[in-house]
Amino acid sequence: MKNSRAPSRIGPAPAGRPVPPYRRGSPAAATLLPEERPFRVFGTPAEAAADPVLLLRLYGGLVRGRRFNTQATALARQGRLAVYPSSTGQEACEVAAAAVLAERDWLFPSYRDSLAVVARGVDPVEALTLLRGDRHTGYDPYRHRVAPLSTPLATQLPHAVGLAHAARLKGDDVVALALVGDGGTSEGDFHEAMNFAAVWRAPVVFLVQNNGFAISVPLAKQSVAPTLAHKAVGYGMPGRLVDGNDVAAVHTVLAGAVERARSGGGPTLVEAVTYRVEAHTNADDATRYREDDEVAAWRAYDPVNLLEGALRDRGLLDDEAAARVAGEAEEMAARLRERMSADPVPDPMELFGHVYAERTGQLEEQARGLRAELDASADAAAAPGRGDAR
Amino acid sequence: MAQALQRALRDAMAEDPSVHVLGEDVGTLGGVFRITDGLAKEFGDDRCTDTPLAEAGILGAAVGMAMYGLRPVVEMQFDAFAYPSFEQLVSHVAKMRNRTGGAMRMPLTVRIPYGGGIGGVEHHSDSSEAYYMATPGLHVVTPATVEDAYGLLRAAIASDDPVVFLEPKRLYWSKARWSPETPAVVGPIGRALVRRSGSSATLITYGPSVPVCLEAAEAARDEGWDLEVVDLRSLVPFDDETVVRSVKRTGRAVVVHEAAGFGGPGGEIAARVSERCFHHLEAPVLRVAGFDIPYPPPMLERHHLPGVDRVLDAVARLQWEAES
Ligand SMILES: Cc1ncc(C[n+]2csc(CCOP(=O)(O)OP(=O)(O)O)c2C)c(N)n1
Repeated sequence: MKNSRAPSRIGPAPAGRPVPPYRRGSPAAATLLPEERPFRVFGTPAEAAADPVLLLRLYGGLVRGRRFNTQATALARQGRLAVYPSSTGQEACEVAAAAVLAERDWLFPSYRDSLAVVARGVDPVEALTLLRGDRHTGYDPYRHRVAPLSTPLATQLPHAVGLAHAARLKGDDVVALALVGDGGTSEGDFHEAMNFAAVWRAPVVFLVQNNGFAISVPLAKQSVAPTLAHKAVGYGMPGRLVDGNDVAAVHTVLAGAVERARSGGGPTLVEAVTYRVEAHTNADDATRYREDDEVAAWRAYDPVNLLEGALRDRGLLDDEAAARVAGEAEEMAARLRERMSADPVPDPMELFGHVYAERTGQLEEQARGLRAELDASADAAAAPGRGDAR
Repeated sequence: MAQALQRALRDAMAEDPSVHVLGEDVGTLGGVFRITDGLAKEFGDDRCTDTPLAEAGILGAAVGMAMYGLRPVVEMQFDAFAYPSFEQLVSHVAKMRNRTGGAMRMPLTVRIPYGGGIGGVEHHSDSSEAYYMATPGLHVVTPATVEDAYGLLRAAIASDDPVVFLEPKRLYWSKARWSPETPAVVGPIGRALVRRSGSSATLITYGPSVPVCLEAAEAARDEGWDLEVVDLRSLVPFDDETVVRSVKRTGRAVVVHEAAGFGGPGGEIAARVSERCFHHLEAPVLRVAGFDIPYPPPMLERHHLPGVDRVLDAVARLQWEAES
């Protein structure tokens, strides 16, 4: 466009450069970045300062947890469970997750987290009901504030956000802690939950148990982020990296994140670096996708032994105390075996229970049909000489 | 209708502090169809919340809120944009009560503006009701009148079960005699209504096709057909009783909807009617539905949407004579 006035010789005084009116939502990225190396307690100066009472309590949890895993795996082999995804090697994450929560807090587990559910106080048989196959959720979620074990990956994370948000709206200082695997961090629900939590400053803690594999797919094919904890930064929440086999470290980091959430500081993403030493489930053949050396190296870095060594070094545990804890774990396993020794016989009419608050006409009709089928086959079985030929 | 829906939300929120509205643009803007207009101002951002743009996140968060005792009302912006939330809907919303043996209720409502006829570009006109109907654990409701828009939405919000509440977009601006001073709450959802009684055949329909069928019934009168129009109002639960009573009386039935016919709601409805009214039927149950195509571009949608003529053609085919 043409200037209507003739240009003056000196021109206008230079204005300050215009500044784009950007809006920023989040704190500086640097304050959110995770540590370079996973945070550890064992083998560092922090070890000496760790609370002996807490360590001994966690030790009991780890030993019982390991025994629970081996027992449940055995039950799966015997066909008492339809399947069991073991968390052997990951007990430190499971036990710490349950230990940092107050009674009023909520735990949102995935299918691999029966152990965390038991550590939270749920009856072991009830915790295994989903895997046993007689019903979907064996426990009342409100009793221990544990959401149902979630099988679709990462879908429980937005629930944790919504629940924590609702609690805060009601003025309750409740924190939700949600567990997810490394594979689950690729799901859309993971990202949506992180973003919602950050925007809403919801009192949520996300714990990623990075156990190296999603069934057969190693982390390198899952994500090329520097660490999974780095994913937090883009959402404007802190990411923390912790040694997932060091129970004192996981407890410290989670407790910090829970405290932060409770005091209104918002969500945290914690990545615990650990390893799945067993196969994905008892039905999986892990030799097809990983090397024995790798497994052996991680077996040598065992979360239970790690803590036990630290306790013995500090004189907090001797053979006698260790034997006592092992004995308790053995009793727990024996009780579990005993209680799982018979197959439950669920009532077929339960099929129509709890689909809706009030049964619809359609379901009423189908329920009558099944009732008639059941009665007919019971009559057939009772009639002499007319055994079921099928 | 838009006004009635808005009034229903406002009344529900005023009556029950646990009712929370959330979705995209529902706060300051009042929703793209202005159904939530004024709610954020009246009840605050915490009760009517603009969420991040993520449908799975919205519905997933609503699940958590429902777990904690709230009654979330989620607005999905358009039919085809609800699909990202499908997993939450199917795997959790629909199943939570069942998964937990009744311990966890899901008293949440998902409002979805649906259907075509408004000249929208693609992804703004889907009729997705068959997906929801095929998911046990959900109620599926759709109003055709202004009274029902208010009454059914109040009933949906009050329900202890999750309700997919389908709002026929092209009826949003329908003006009808409705006195907002005395809006009526309908009974529990799941009842169909005879919108027009007649004796020669039954048109079974719902949502945006109800006005079409009423118009067709008027037109058919000149040809000597006295058509009954049943507005289902609720697809799940399905009111077999009202439908069967009507068809047994008229002996003929046409199911009318704009969703694709193949695998669509009409197949289920026709089968139910045939099973229950076989000996009363003078002709096969016919269907008038949208074509089995992705929703067409706006300039072609009038060819796709079942209109009065197609309904009348079907009625003509009810003069059915069996081949020998
Ligand atoms: C949405 C969804 N997709 C696929 C699966 C099948 N699946 C079950 S476990 C699993 C791997 C999960 O890996 P990860 O999140 O790392 O957890 P981990 O099993 O290692 O604890 C897959 C793909 C699923 N459960 N949910």
